[in-house]
Amino acid sequence: MNKQQTLAAEKRRKTTLTVILSVICIIYVLPVLSVLINSFKQNSFVKTDTFALPNAESWAGVSNFVKGMTFGNYPFWKSVLFSVFITIVSTILILLFTSMAAWYIARVNSTFCKIVYYLCVFSMVVPFQMVMFTLSKTADTLKLNTPWTIPVVYLGFGAGLAIFMFVGFVKSIPLEIEEAASIDGCGPIRTYFSVVFPMLRPTMISVGILEIMWVWNDYLLPYLVLDINKYRTIPIHIQYLKGSYGTVDLGATMALILLSIIPVIIFYLICQKYIIKGVAAGAVKG
Amino acid sequence: MTKKKSGIAYFFRTPIRRWSWLFMGPVLAAFIIGFVWPFIQGIYLSFCEFRLVSDAQFTGFGNYLKAFLDSSFMHSFGYTALFAVVSLILINVLAFAVAYALTQGIKGSNLFRTVFFMPNLIGGIVLGYIWSMIFDGILSHFGTSILQNSTWGFWGLIILIRWQQIGYMMIIYIAGLQAVPEDMLEAAKIDGASRWQTLFKVTIPNVMPSITICTFLSLTNGFKLFDQNLALTAGQPFLIQADGSVIKTTEMLALNIYNTFYGSNSAAHGTAQAKAVLFFILVAALGLIQLAVTRKKEVQQ
Repeated sequence: MNKQQTLAAEKRRKTTLTVILSVICIIYVLPVLSVLINSFKQNSFVKTDTFALPNAESWAGVSNFVKGMTFGNYPFWKSVLFSVFITIVSTILILLFTSMAAWYIARVNSTFCKIVYYLCVFSMVVPFQMVMFTLSKTADTLKLNTPWTIPVVYLGFGAGLAIFMFVGFVKSIPLEIEEAASIDGCGPIRTYFSVVFPMLRPTMISVGILEIMWVWNDYLLPYLVLDINKYRTIPIHIQYLKGSYGTVDLGATMALILLSIIPVIIFYLICQKYIIKGVAAGAVKG
Repeated sequence: MTKKKSGIAYFFRTPIRRWSWLFMGPVLAAFIIGFVWPFIQGIYLSFCEFRLVSDAQFTGFGNYLKAFLDSSFMHSFGYTALFAVVSLILINVLAFAVAYALTQGIKGSNLFRTVFFMPNLIGGIVLGYIWSMIFDGILSHFGTSILQNSTWGFWGLIILIRWQQIGYMMIIYIAGLQAVPEDMLEAAKIDGASRWQTLFKVTIPNVMPSITICTFLSLTNGFKLFDQNLALTAGQPFLIQADGSVIKTTEMLALNIYNTFYGSNSAAHGTAQAKAVLFFILVAALGLIQLAVTRKKEVQQ
C-alpha cells in the first residue's frame, strides 16, 4: 500500500465512524425529543401516535402545561421551590462542614480522626436500603422531616464521599503554606478560611456537582423522610402523577417532565466541563 | 531536623485541637444521625420482631430464615444478578467502543461526548417515565404494554440503563485511553501490528485499570438499581403462586426490600430489615473486592 492509499483508507474510516456516531447521537436525543413533542399533544394521542409530530387534531397547545401546574392537587411550583431549596442548602452544608472536618482529619490525624475517616469510607459502600427504615424513623423523632431540616440528613448520609474526596486533596497540599500562616499569627480558623479554603476550590467544584446531582434527583430519601402531603420535591411529584390515579394524563406528565429536565440540561450545557470532570473524579475514587 | 519538624507540628496541632468542636462537631452530629445510629439500629433490628421501633422483640436469626424462605426475595435476587451481569457486559462493551471511536481524532468528538453523557443527569424516576412512554408507544400498536410481559420489562430496563450509563462509563474509558503512551502505539505500528492487534495487545492491557473500575461500578449500580425499576415497571407483571404468595416478576432486590417494608404487611418489618442487611453484605462485598483489585493493580504499576 502506498502512502496515498493509506491516507484515503484512513479518511474513509474516519468518515464511517463519524456517520455511525451521528446515528447513535440522533438515537440518543430521540427520547428527549419525544418528551418535547408529546408534551404538546392531547392525552389520548400520546399512547397511539407517540412518535408523530403533533398535528392539527392532536395539538394541545400549552393546555398540558397549565393542567400540569395543579395536577394531583399539589402545585408544581411548590415542588420546584422545595427541590431548589433542599438542593442548594444541602450542598452548601456538605461543602462547608465536610471540608472543615476533612482538613481537621488530615492535619491532626489522631486515632479518633482515623476512626472517623474509616467510618466515612465504610459508609460509601452501604446501600440506602440498609438504613432507610431506621433513618426515616430517626429523622421523624428528631423533627428533621421538613424541607428546612432535611439538609441535616443529607449532610449525615452524604458526608462519606465528600470527606473521602476532601481528605485525599488536603493531603496533597504542602503543609508549609499553613505553617507559614500560623507563624504569621493566624489561628486555626483564619488559617482554614483564608488559606486552606481557597485552595480547595477544584475539589469543592467536583464534590459540589456530585452532591447537586444526587440531591436534585433523589427520590427515596425525601419520600421517606418528608411529610408527603405537605412537602414534595420534583421526583416525588412526578412519581405521584402516576401513583395516585388509575389513569394518568400522559400529556400533562410529559409537560412536567419537560419542565423538570430543561433546567438540568441548561445547567449541564453551562457547566459541562466541570460536571464531566467532577463525575469522573467521584467515580475513580468511589 | 526531625526535632524541629515535630516541634512545628506540635506548635501547629495544639491550637487546632482547641477548635475540634467547630471543625468536627457539625459533621459528626449529622453523621451519627444520618448514618451511624441508623446503621447500628438496623443491624440490631434485623434480629428483632417489630412494627414500630419501640416494640422490638429479640428473635435471633428467625428473620434471616424467613428472608431465605421468601420465594419473592430469591426470585428478585436471581433477577437482579442476571440484570447486573447483562447490563455490565452491554454497557462496558458499548461504552468502550464509543470511547475508542471518540479518541480516533474525528471531528465533532466534543459534541458527541456532550450528547452521550447527557442522560446521566436526568433522575431515575423521570427516566423511567420517559422510557415507559416510549415502550408503550411502540407496544400499544401490538395491543400490549411493557407491564404485561416480564421479558420486555427486563430488556426495557436494560435499554434504559444503557442509555443512562454508557456516557458515564465512556468518560472513564476516554480518560484511560488518553493515558495510553503514544510511543507504545507508534512502536506497534512500526512493528507492523494490525489495528486489531494493536487494540488487543497494546491498548486494552493499558486501560485495564479503567476496565476494572467500570466493571465494578456497573455491577454495583445494577444491584442497587431502584428508581428506574420503580418508575418503569414497579415489578409488574405479577405472578400469583399456588400458595397465594405473589411474585413480582420484574422486581429487583432494592424494590423487594422496599415493598417488604412498606407493603400491606407491617409484621414483615423484621424480615425486611434482615433482607436489607443481606443486601448490604452483598453490595459491600462487591465494593471491598473492587478496592482490593484496584489496590493490587496500583502496586503492580
